[in-house]
Amino acid sequence: MDTSTLLAVTAALTALAYVIGRGRSLSQAANVGGIRNLNSLPFYYGMLTALWCGLPALALLILWVIFDEPIIHALVIDSLPEQMRQLSGSELGLLINSVENIAAGNSAAMGVDPHLQAASERLISLREASRQALVVVVLCGGLLFGIFGWARVRPQLKARVQVETTFKLALLLCSCIAIVTTLGIVLSVLFESLRFFQTVSFFDFIFGLDWSPQMAIRADQVGSSGAFGAVPLFVGTLLISAIAMLVAVPTGLMAAIYLSEYAGRRLRAVVKPLLEVLAGIPTVVYGFFAALTVAPMIRDNGAVLGLDVSSESALAAGLVMGVMIIPFVSSLSDDVINAVPQSLRDGSFGLGATRSETIRQVVIPAALPGIVGGVLLAVSRAIGETMIVVMAAGLAANLTANPLESVTTVTVQIVTLLVGDQEFDSPKTLSAFALGLMLFVVTLTLNYIALHVVRKYREQYE
Amino acid sequence: MEATVRETVEQKPERLLDRQVIDDQEAVTAAATVGKPFVEAPKMAMRNVNVFYGEKQAIFDVSMDIGSNEVVSMIGPSGCGKSTFLRALNRMNDTIEGCWIEGSLQLEGQDIYDPKLDVVPLRARVGMVFQKPNPFPKSIYDNVAYGPRIHGLVDRRADLDEVVETSLQRAGLWNEVKDRLAQPGTGLSGGQQQRLCIARTIAVSPEVILMDEPCSALDPIATAKIEELIAELSENFTIAIVTHSMQQAARVSSRTAYFHLGKLIEVNDTEKVFTNPEHELTEAYITGRFG
Repeated sequence: MDTSTLLAVTAALTALAYVIGRGRSLSQAANVGGIRNLNSLPFYYGMLTALWCGLPALALLILWVIFDEPIIHALVIDSLPEQMRQLSGSELGLLINSVENIAAGNSAAMGVDPHLQAASERLISLREASRQALVVVVLCGGLLFGIFGWARVRPQLKARVQVETTFKLALLLCSCIAIVTTLGIVLSVLFESLRFFQTVSFFDFIFGLDWSPQMAIRADQVGSSGAFGAVPLFVGTLLISAIAMLVAVPTGLMAAIYLSEYAGRRLRAVVKPLLEVLAGIPTVVYGFFAALTVAPMIRDNGAVLGLDVSSESALAAGLVMGVMIIPFVSSLSDDVINAVPQSLRDGSFGLGATRSETIRQVVIPAALPGIVGGVLLAVSRAIGETMIVVMAAGLAANLTANPLESVTTVTVQIVTLLVGDQEFDSPKTLSAFALGLMLFVVTLTLNYIALHVVRKYREQYE
Repeated sequence: MEATVRETVEQKPERLLDRQVIDDQEAVTAAATVGKPFVEAPKMAMRNVNVFYGEKQAIFDVSMDIGSNEVVSMIGPSGCGKSTFLRALNRMNDTIEGCWIEGSLQLEGQDIYDPKLDVVPLRARVGMVFQKPNPFPKSIYDNVAYGPRIHGLVDRRADLDEVVETSLQRAGLWNEVKDRLAQPGTGLSGGQQQRLCIARTIAVSPEVILMDEPCSALDPIATAKIEELIAELSENFTIAIVTHSMQQAARVSSRTAYFHLGKLIEVNDTEKVFTNPEHELTEAYITGRFG
């Protein structure tokens, strides 16, 4: 029986446990004068029995899968002759590897050490035994615990409390998974970055003005100086994000003001969803729109004006990214503007203020914390955006503030560093982790500031 | 409370019959409003006013005057249209979709619903204080300075300071806030916020102040302060106040208008309304038989 079948059988057993647990509570209810005299509803008795059956079975299965291989390997090693067992850890690992290979039939049958041959046969038989034992252990465990749970069903049993506690723990576990994953990612990026900083100085990385991530394999190799100064990347990122925000913030905010303060209900019902369609376009589509339509247009128009525009420019990427971000800004701002109480508007109108005075002096200040929050969220999005920049802004790490030149960003460099076959001990690959770490720190700081700003204004306004 | 009205009516079918007769009469002519709805040389004169929200008519053929420097209170059960009528007096209903108004409403002989009339100066002349205190999310100073600034009433900072101080003094708030004018108006207590809103309104020197249940969100002490304030303000301003509290109407106003189901039933001197009302519906209301 393979693992998936085993899981299905366990599930069936659990369902059965629910039915008989519930049945037992019903028959007990009949003895004590109705369901009202049970501590909990029959559903909870069923659930509790099912949990008693399913959880131990699942736990046994998981434990078995985790400890299965190490124990089998230890047993195989034990069966090897004395002089082989004396080998060091890594050599023993190699030995086990070859035993595995023989067992899988990958090695030529000729010239194989008879000890290893014997070991591989033992490995196969142990695996088979383990698989069968697993089925027996899991099913028996589920059955035994299920019967135990069934036997506990009594009118006094606080089944509802116990079931709800179990589910509360399950919810807690799920929220922990997100946190643990984040922590894991941060730690892995951090450790790889530390490895990178062992070869390249931290200050060279942070303050270096030259980015050319090639490492020499041989001393006499040409064009492999290996410069890891990240400043051009950060300048490129800032340049493109700034252009994007220059497009997105005014447009998005004004669109939001129009929609929430001026537009009639019917127009709003049409325009708002249409605007939000922009957010649903995949970034790669924006990317080729930027690379194939906007960038050449800017270059041609620049040529007409006598400007020297490169065919991949920060301007093109920034403009398209700005358009992409408009719905973020407008949608979030629209929500916060709508949340400003009507009584404030009435108060302003009641003093003879016009609509625009009311918007500028009352509505916008009241909605400001939410708007700032929305804008900073959009900035995070702009900094992290990759696809548009890869396609439209180029790969050349120019240190420039001229939006008509080609620049590159942190995210783009991470992509190019990790695409293709890479060895993981080269600073070239490891620098991607260092860049990732920097990006993470910047975004975290930005979010922190956003929260801080929002909280400060909120204290003032509510 | 509307439900209460209905119940009362159901319990006494003969009353329903009475009211039906009265309603029909009123629908024909405004003269059915008993008491003395009109005064000589009125500040505001309303004639045959109907207000509709979409299909629903909220005000039926109301005619009355508001005299200069008098305090008129408007009472009646919930949903009787008194707030709607009040909001019609400075066109606050303009912001409500589907609301339209028929009839003639004049401020010193000028039609306030004239399509050519600019609503901004109108609202500067007819200010409004709302049910819930609604200070702007600005400092106390900026709250009061808001009106004078948008209307360009003062040229110099010193003059603005003076307007702010005078307004706060007249609203009886100056002594409590003079040391913290830069702090947000939203940080004040409910009663202080409402007096701030009154200060904000009088800072633009309106001629008429409309108050829509200004004390309903306040405790009795704050209410007493506002009522004193209304008495003082009536020396310089014309005030129309909608209130749920009959005691309040009796304390602050010189004339009282009783609204019922969108119709103006009776307007009379306050003392007469509360001691010897002419109309039986008024009597039923003030003796607590409905609402």
